[in-house]
Amino acid sequence: MIGDDFYSSPPARALAARGRTGNVCGYGDYAQDSPPAEIVRADAASRTAVLSELRAGPGNPTERKRASLYDDNAWAVSEGQRWFQAFNCNGCHANGGGCIGPALMDDVWIYGFEPENIRATIIEGRPNGMPSFRGRVTEQQAWEFVAYVRSLGGLLRKDVEPGRSDSTNARLAPQSLQKPRQSE
Amino acid sequence: MSEKLNSALDTAGPQAGRIEDLWWLLFGFCAVVFVAVMAVLVAALVRRRTPDESMEPTYAGQRTALRYVGAGVLATGAILLGFLIASVTTDRGLDEIETGGARVLTITGRQWWWEIRYEDARPDRVVVTANEIHVPVGQPVLLRLRASDVIHSFWVPSLAGKRDLIPGRDTGLWIQANRPGTFQGQCAEFCGYQHAHMRFLVIAQPPAEFDAWLEGQRASAPEPATDEERRGREVFLAGSCVMCHTIRGTAAGSIVGPDLTHLASRQTIAAGARPNTRDHLAAWVADPQRTKPGARMPVPELPPADLQALVTYLRSLR
Repeated sequence: MIGDDFYSSPPARALAARGRTGNVCGYGDYAQDSPPAEIVRADAASRTAVLSELRAGPGNPTERKRASLYDDNAWAVSEGQRWFQAFNCNGCHANGGGCIGPALMDDVWIYGFEPENIRATIIEGRPNGMPSFRGRVTEQQAWEFVAYVRSLGGLLRKDVEPGRSDSTNARLAPQSLQKPRQSE
Repeated sequence: MSEKLNSALDTAGPQAGRIEDLWWLLFGFCAVVFVAVMAVLVAALVRRRTPDESMEPTYAGQRTALRYVGAGVLATGAILLGFLIASVTTDRGLDEIETGGARVLTITGRQWWWEIRYEDARPDRVVVTANEIHVPVGQPVLLRLRASDVIHSFWVPSLAGKRDLIPGRDTGLWIQANRPGTFQGQCAEFCGYQHAHMRFLVIAQPPAEFDAWLEGQRASAPEPATDEERRGREVFLAGSCVMCHTIRGTAAGSIVGPDLTHLASRQTIAAGARPNTRDHLAAWVADPQRTKPGARMPVPELPPADLQALVTYLRSLR
């Protein structure tokens, strides 16, 4: 992970000047002269820099219980997929591949991969562009979103994933023999 | 909502008239054939063999039997050929309609409602509504049929035959109503859980009345007049409704669900599932899944006072 918020994000411009653009896209423009030494070292060694050991924790038991109703529920996941398209999440997340916003189908979870973390991201919004959908989506819709986003990241059982999508999709077909990915 | 049942024999347009003629032709011939077959059967039962009649087949008897069977085969072939000709003629006749300057409507089938779009050369005069098609009496209307999700089928028995709506492909259908009236339509291709509740109305009006209706639909939604209606609009615009619905004249412009600009002017809600009364509308908004299980609308989770204000506002959208 190369950066997450205002305090640990790399200075995008300085990194771009060194020809490092891949992971910098979408993290804002921090006009700092030079990136932190740790990032430079990691960059030179072609490894991933970890700036913070902090991790998003699980939510409260009530949320955990509600999330479990949606995670193993194929209908909820497909509803989440429908909202994802209807509310133009694709505009930034591009079918989960990432563009303006981060990719959702990889194993990088900047704000945590637990259902409660993803729900908080949707309801509260996040810095650098993710809007808050508080009041715009109902509680039920939010959890359906969570289930779908988790399915994009390969965190759900294969048999509850949506069987088809109307858009082109870079992911392997749900029924393929792809190994479940380990979340970070 | 009209209490009359859908019937292809209660026709109101030239296309449905041709189909009705074909129906009566087939019915008449088949009735005659049925009666003839039954008469021969009864005659055979009544006219028994006499005891002294020989069981041995004779040459003359076989010739006679062969003649009867041959005549029967020929008659059957002739009738079926006649049916084929009548059917093809009717099919071709359905497209023979005076279409100069006809009005074009784009109808999009969605799970489980109909989006109706009155096309116009000027984009600001395009009208979008749902589940209720108004047509001028005596004028042909071209329906451009589309589907957004699965295959649906457009069927108004009183006006025309069925025509499928296929995703990714435009199909077309001419309709014309020869007399004013309200005709029921129905999705005729199984399209999911609420296929049976995917209905619509075709309302044929005298041209002047139709033009007035269309002009009314072009207008933006009326401004709320009372505090309750104003609060209802706030609820609509600040909540989850605005994520899917359009009310022209407000900031709501999403195209996922039906356009609600003139919701109160329609006779039914939820694609003909319920009449458009305050009680039914409130029940629908409070919990769509109870009225129409599987419907694509989520439960909005509104406090009762907000719900009542919202329904009051929606009822004011004439």
